[in-house]
Amino acid sequence: MNTLLPIIPLAPLAGFLVNFVFAGKLSKRTVSLVACGSVFVLLAISIKLFFDLLSLPADERVIKDVWFNWMSVGSFSVDFSFLLDPLSAIMVLVVSGVGLLIHIYSIGYMSNDPGYGRYFSYLNLFTFSMLTLVLAGNFLLMFVGWEGVGLCSYLLIGFWFERQSASDAGKKAFIVNRIGDFGMLLGMFIIFWAVGSLDFQTVFAKAPVAFAAGGGLITAATLMLFLGAAGKSAQIPLYVWLPDAMEGPTPVSALIHAATMVTAGVYLLARTSILFVMAPTTMLVVAIVGCATAFFAATIGLFQNDIKRVLAYSTISQLGYMFMACGVAAFGAGIFHLMTHAFFKALLFLGAGSVIHAMSNEQDMRKMGGLKKYLPTTYLTFIVATLAISGIPGMSGFFSKDEILWKSFSSEYGHPIFWVVGLITALLTAFYMFRLVYMTFFGKERMDEKTKSHLHESPRVMTVPLVILAVLSVIGGWIGIPHIFGATNYFELWLAPVFAQTEGLISSGAVHGAVSTEWTLMITAVVLIVGSILLARHYFLKHPESAEKAKESFAGLHRLLYGKYFIDELYQKFIIRPIHVFSLALWKIVDVVIIDGLINGGAYLVGGVSKVLRLVQTGRLTSYATAFTIGVLILAGAALIAYVSGTSLTSLGQR
Amino acid sequence: MFESQILSWLVFLPVLGALAMPLARNDKGAKILALAVSGLTMLISFWLWVAFIDGSSRMQFEINLPWATDLGIRYHLGLDGLSLVLIVMTTALSFLAILSSWNTIKDSVKGFYASLLILLTGMIGVFVSLDLFLFYVFWEVMLIPMYFLIGIWGGPRRIYASIKFVLFTMFGSLLMLVALLYLYFEYHAQTGVYSFDLLSMYDLNIAPGPQGLLFLAFGLAFAIKVPIWPLHTWLPDAHVQAPTAGSVILAGVLLKMGAYGFLRICLPIFPEASLDYAPLMITLAIIGIIYGALVAMVQKDVKSLVAFSSVSHLGFVMLGIFAFNLEGMEGSVLQMVNHGISTGALFLIVGMLYERRHTRMISEFGGLAKVMPVFATAFMIITLSSIGLPLTNGFVGEFMILLGAFKANWVYGALATTGVVLAAVYMLWMFQRVIWGKLDNEENKKLLDLTTLEKAVLLPLIVVIFWIGLAPNAMFEKIEPPVARILMEVKRADNAREYFGEEMFEEQTPGTLSSGGASAENFVRE
Repeated sequence: MNTLLPIIPLAPLAGFLVNFVFAGKLSKRTVSLVACGSVFVLLAISIKLFFDLLSLPADERVIKDVWFNWMSVGSFSVDFSFLLDPLSAIMVLVVSGVGLLIHIYSIGYMSNDPGYGRYFSYLNLFTFSMLTLVLAGNFLLMFVGWEGVGLCSYLLIGFWFERQSASDAGKKAFIVNRIGDFGMLLGMFIIFWAVGSLDFQTVFAKAPVAFAAGGGLITAATLMLFLGAAGKSAQIPLYVWLPDAMEGPTPVSALIHAATMVTAGVYLLARTSILFVMAPTTMLVVAIVGCATAFFAATIGLFQNDIKRVLAYSTISQLGYMFMACGVAAFGAGIFHLMTHAFFKALLFLGAGSVIHAMSNEQDMRKMGGLKKYLPTTYLTFIVATLAISGIPGMSGFFSKDEILWKSFSSEYGHPIFWVVGLITALLTAFYMFRLVYMTFFGKERMDEKTKSHLHESPRVMTVPLVILAVLSVIGGWIGIPHIFGATNYFELWLAPVFAQTEGLISSGAVHGAVSTEWTLMITAVVLIVGSILLARHYFLKHPESAEKAKESFAGLHRLLYGKYFIDELYQKFIIRPIHVFSLALWKIVDVVIIDGLINGGAYLVGGVSKVLRLVQTGRLTSYATAFTIGVLILAGAALIAYVSGTSLTSLGQR
Repeated sequence: MFESQILSWLVFLPVLGALAMPLARNDKGAKILALAVSGLTMLISFWLWVAFIDGSSRMQFEINLPWATDLGIRYHLGLDGLSLVLIVMTTALSFLAILSSWNTIKDSVKGFYASLLILLTGMIGVFVSLDLFLFYVFWEVMLIPMYFLIGIWGGPRRIYASIKFVLFTMFGSLLMLVALLYLYFEYHAQTGVYSFDLLSMYDLNIAPGPQGLLFLAFGLAFAIKVPIWPLHTWLPDAHVQAPTAGSVILAGVLLKMGAYGFLRICLPIFPEASLDYAPLMITLAIIGIIYGALVAMVQKDVKSLVAFSSVSHLGFVMLGIFAFNLEGMEGSVLQMVNHGISTGALFLIVGMLYERRHTRMISEFGGLAKVMPVFATAFMIITLSSIGLPLTNGFVGEFMILLGAFKANWVYGALATTGVVLAAVYMLWMFQRVIWGKLDNEENKKLLDLTTLEKAVLLPLIVVIFWIGLAPNAMFEKIEPPVARILMEVKRADNAREYFGEEMFEEQTPGTLSSGGASAENFVRE
């Protein structure tokens, strides 16, 4: 029992309740004080608990806290239990740290919005749900957070609910996530069925006995969990909601749709890594889906003109990286990239928010250009984040990306193909990110005069979080420096106890490839990435007209990528539309015509028969008498037969 | 006197109120009388909740008096956890339904409230009757006031709807009556005594042939009430035409009568037949879940959308019952209560819209969050409870049912879980079109937000939504013993059969008995 642990989720919950119940009655100052204050309290406690954990011996770093029994039916029992271990500690720090910065940034960004109180209450509710997700001690409580963040995402995407596109996007996000949750539910059912518990520690302890490694049951369970993860973390084929989610306010995109919520799927895989390594088939599926998503989304990102859309596809692509890491059993590397990505992608989104803010809500990069002199702080921090995501040595993204690429090549579950596709994705990433930078901050100023006259750097409350995130984007990777540099990989060490059992289940754990190979691959990657950046520089800074020419010579490809492979249109045509038509047919044909037709037909039949029978009632005494006699004779005959055969009504039943 | 006859008070207080209705001086007097009587009834049911002893499946507060001695009919009332949770829901929903009608019913006010009170007596009566004859009487008593509620205070097509409702229900009732009489003679044949005593019927051993027919006869009556697909077509019509209070009671309580009948009568008296027909019932339940959801998706009228969603939700309830394990069955009973709360609240919400706009067409609305923020919030919470978001009541019930179904057969569980996705589709789409979007209909621009009375009606329901979502054990403690007992009746019949996997017997039963806090003897009647 640790008395501080419950306060972590409760602090933002309290903030939510205050801002929600008194919505519209509090001043903006009070609202932001309550919202940011609650996250600040949470961050302080998280840091304190982190050091508590650190002071324990490595293999005892687990703090568990059971509040009460949530539900118990027969042999099924689930507690409200929280679990803090090195893995959830990292998540809590990321969520509360990045969360606090984005809360503060929002004070500036949302200052003129009439829904100010509502916005902050949702943001706090999200923080509460996300913390429940990462701190839950069992699958069911995790699912509470899981659906809770989905709800907040829905509410915040549809925050400007009067816009049709925003409310559509919110609904789409919720429904696609529900498809993933369908998998989560089935995964939980299988696990409970096999193990008899949903408690993490119990399940992980019993799993090697309860499941046959590589068997159908564990494969089904993990595939179902992966479906849930793919929904939340926007992987193929469920990624379609994330680009649309950009309808929400930009700080929301930074917090929920880049830094924290969308990484929940990666967290789930890391948390249940023991189950996943027992199912090699699932691991292969995860690796392939992750790798394919990374590449696929990056190609779409190449030609988008909306600054937030580029970042959205980039997020999907980076999430694909994390899944690829999990698929090759490099769970630690996946979590490492999750963390560094949280820093630089949050920074990219907040920077984009600052640009949009300055541009009077314009998001089309074709109408930007030359912004670096108007937005110096935004520009500088944005460059730092772009270098980080591109994987320039020394930046945080370099270390995490390099580790994933190396593991995808060398791990027992890895394959050179994963490395090649991963590398190509990295080149594409560097290319579209620098395209974005050049189109936004360099070159001709393409905005109209009115917008131009309003251009201004964002207020301090927005730029200070940018600067802090920029610092983190640089140094965030230094805790996970690869061994070949002769440094200690603190990040790996910190997570080691969490994945100890998982590592034990991987049969050999042998690394394919020598140190020299690792150096070679790394240097190759860096050189090619720099080349890719220079290419972007050529096309979008030096010779923009050549970009146009290239576009024309590859018109078909451009159309395909610009149209995002027309996946949304395919879903609409081949899934949504047919279901709609089928449902209409069920209603108009099965319900109205067939079932009601039969019943009404039956009613008419009775009516018709009565009309005929009415003819029998002639009113003539003689015909009644005849009928009466016949009836009596039949009854008497029946009684006689019954008597003879010795059967009576009651004994008939007894037989 | 009061305590020993408390169930009689509970049952007959409302009808006494109805009888006193003509004495009310004016409409306002009638409203106050109805509210006071239903309020008092609700308080009695709360008292029962507190005084009820958990952990036993024995009937409590029993009353067993001779009535028609020659025929073996007795006035036998009693209460176990199953009846209790349903009764508390019934009285509370009735009270709220009456409260919500305060400003909306303007014609034949006395008659309206008298009907609601008689209906209340009928509903409570069904839940406490331990004599089949008495059960049947109360069953029929419910029909008449509902017929009037739809037929007199209903919408434009009320006559068609009310006749359809009565014909469907009567058809089932008549079959039930025949089966009831057969059972009566069967009991005499086996024991030499004429009796309608419900619990004694559990000891009968009925030959497979007649047992199957009896199951079907009772089952059909109950299936129509539930309603199980394809017997559901009376429901959308009845709901769309009924006044708000009628819809609340219809969805909240009357639909539960069918499920209750299966649990109280069909399963324990006809256990072998129940096992035989389980695959059929489950198939129909799953069809209902998916069919109801798909058809709800394409509705244009909010009320018929909610009505079809009920078909889907009740499919879950039936699925859990015929999964024949504790998780499924307890989930079903909880879901019966949940559906009463959430769908009852949804109908109240729709009624509030209708009062303002006199239309329920989804296309007439849009952007209401702008003018009615409190309404929008309440609507949101109730919608989320209906689609089973965790920490609301709907999640606990649905999860348990699906878990139980999955344990019985993973295919059942997997198919039914698609209903969770579909529920989000139709509810959120409706919510989007009504509450979000642009406020572009001139008539919606001046709509007023919730009145204090409306808030007072919705708030208790919202509190219960979260209460059950957070602490469902308060319900499960009451539900578990009677459900375990019903399950034992079924399993006893199943001893020689191999319908269940071995694991059901070995893992569940001992866990059940110890966690229920009662010994095996408690479940077996004296």
